Amino acid sequence: MSEHILLRHRDIPNIKDLAVYQAHGGFEAFRKAVTEMQPDEVTDEVKKSGLRGRGGAGFPTGLKWAFMDKRNWPHYVIANGDESEPGTFKDREIMEENSFQFLEGVAIASYAVGARRAYIYLRGEFWHVARWLDQKIAEMEAVGLLGDNLFGTDYSLRIYTHLGAGAYICGEETALMESLEGKRGQPRLRPPFPPTYGLYGKPTVINNVETLTNVPMIIARGADWYHTLGTEKSPGVKIFSLSGRVNRPGNYELPLGTTFRELIYEHGGGIIGGKKIKAIMPAGASSSLLPATDEVLDTPMDYESVPKVGGMLGSASVIVLDETVSIAWLVKKTVNFFREESCGKCTPCREGTYWMERLTERIASGKGTPQDVETLYDVGRQIQGKTFCPLGDFATMAVVTGIERFREDFDAAIKER
Amino acid sequence: MSSLAEKYPDEVEAILAKYPPEHKRSAVMPLLYLAQRDGGGYITKAAMEDVAHIVGISVSDVAGVVGFYSLYHDKPAGKYRIQVCTDVACALRGAEQFAEALCENLGIKIGETTPDGLVTVEEAKCLAACDHAPVFQVQTPDGLTYHQDMDIKATLELIEQWRKEAK
Repeated sequence: MSEHILLRHRDIPNIKDLAVYQAHGGFEAFRKAVTEMQPDEVTDEVKKSGLRGRGGAGFPTGLKWAFMDKRNWPHYVIANGDESEPGTFKDREIMEENSFQFLEGVAIASYAVGARRAYIYLRGEFWHVARWLDQKIAEMEAVGLLGDNLFGTDYSLRIYTHLGAGAYICGEETALMESLEGKRGQPRLRPPFPPTYGLYGKPTVINNVETLTNVPMIIARGADWYHTLGTEKSPGVKIFSLSGRVNRPGNYELPLGTTFRELIYEHGGGIIGGKKIKAIMPAGASSSLLPATDEVLDTPMDYESVPKVGGMLGSASVIVLDETVSIAWLVKKTVNFFREESCGKCTPCREGTYWMERLTERIASGKGTPQDVETLYDVGRQIQGKTFCPLGDFATMAVVTGIERFREDFDAAIKER
Repeated sequence: MSSLAEKYPDEVEAILAKYPPEHKRSAVMPLLYLAQRDGGGYITKAAMEDVAHIVGISVSDVAGVVGFYSLYHDKPAGKYRIQVCTDVACALRGAEQFAEALCENLGIKIGETTPDGLVTVEEAKCLAACDHAPVFQVQTPDGLTYHQDMDIKATLELIEQWRKEAK
C-alpha cells in the first residue's frame, strides 16, 4: 500500500510530536469541523463515508452518533482502548505512535455529538500508554487545542484517560461504562443502548480507538475520498493484527477486502518453517475456526465476505494455526481464557465456561472419552444465545466450530490415552 | 496510618478533578492504584476504608472492585510481579515453554515468590503484544512495564539487576 491512513507514523517519522503532526495538517480537520461545520454535518460526513466500528461489531459509526438523544444532556464520548481480545494489538500501536490523530478523532467525535467531556478507557496493562496520552493531552491544552472556547467559538472540550485494572469484559461497552463509574465491570442489559442511556445514565458514544483514528482523515479529505479505499460495502482501510504461526507477525494496514492469502503469505511471509497452514481464527480468540482451504484463503477480509465462509471479521485479529497445532489443545486455551475472564454475572457463561474448561482439559490431556466430546459440544451449544453479553457466545465459537470442523483432532487426542 | 488525602493531597485532588463532582465514585479505580502504591504493592483493609470514605461508598463496594480486577492485590507478593502472557497467540510462539523455563530457573512454580521476596511469577491473559512473544509485564507498586521479545537469558539478567538494586 502506498500511503498509510492510520499507521501514518510508518510514513512520517516523529508524527507523535505535536509540531510534526501539525506540519502534516494535524488538527486542521478539528478546526474545520468546529469553525466551519455544524455538528450534524460532521456526523453526516462520517455516515456518508461508510465507516464502521473497528472494535469488532462493525456498526456504522455515523449512525451511532446520529442516535444520540438530544433531549437529554450532557453527552459523553468514550474511546474504547481496552484492547483485550487475544490476538489484537493495533490500538496500542496507534495510541503510542500516532497519538495525535487518535486524539483529534476523539475531539471531532465529541464536537459532532456535543460532548464537552470525553474519556479514554484504557486497559490497566496500558499504564505507560495512559501516562503518554496524559502528556499529549497536556500539550494540546497548552496550545489551545483543548479547553474552553476552542478556535474562538463557544465550544469547550476536555479529554481524560481512565485506567482499567485487568478485565477482558471491560471491552464490552456497557461493562466499560460500569467500570468507569467505579463499579465491577459487569455488563448492563441492552437496550437501552449507550446513545440513549450511557455513562452516568446520559447519552454516550463509545467508539473503538481505530474507528476514531479514521475520523480526522474523513473530515479532512471527505467521504468520497474514503470510498476510493476498500470495497463498495466495506469502504476504507483496516489494521489487521497478524499473529500465530507466521514468519512476520505484526500490524498491517490494508484496504478492506484484502484476501487472507495476501495477508498471510505476502505481508506475513508465510508459515514458520514452510509448514502447511491448517486453520485461521479471523477475529481473535472469540473466532470461529476456519479450515484454511483455498476458498477461505482467497476470501476477501471484509464485513460481508468472511461470514460467507463461516466466520466474522470482528476486530480483524488474524491468528494463524499450522499443521503442528492440535485443535483440541487450541480450544483448551481459548476456553481457559474465557473461564478466567467470565464476569460471573450470568449463569450460562459462569458455569458453562467452568464445565467446558474441565472437559477441554481432560480431552487435551488424553484422558477424555468420546462422550466428553459430545458433552463439550452440547455445553457449548447450550450457552449460545443465552447470555447477557456476547462474551458467552464468544467462549463457545472455537469449541463448537472446532468440533464441527476438526473432529479428527478430538478423536486423535482421545485415542492417545 | 494517615489517610491518602493527607499524604497525597495533590494527587487525590487531581484524580477527583477528572470526574464530574456528582460522580465521585468514578475515582475509585485510580484511588485504588494510589493505595496500592502506598501499600507497597497491595491494598489493605484500612486503605479500602480510606478510599470508601473519600468517594462516599461502602467498604464492601470498594472490596468488590478490588476483587473483580486482576491488577489489584489484597495480599503481599514479590516486589516485582512478572506476569507472562501464555494466551493462545503467545502460546503458539513458545510462551508456555518460556514461562516454565523461567520458573525452573528461579526454582519456583507459577504463582510463587522467590525466597528473597523479590520476584513472583504469574500467568497473564493476553497483553495485546502478540507479535512480540514471549512477552511479560512487570507490575511493581509504582506501575507496569512491558518487556517484549524476551528470552530466558535476558530475563535472568533483568532479575539480577533488580537484585543488585534491592541491596
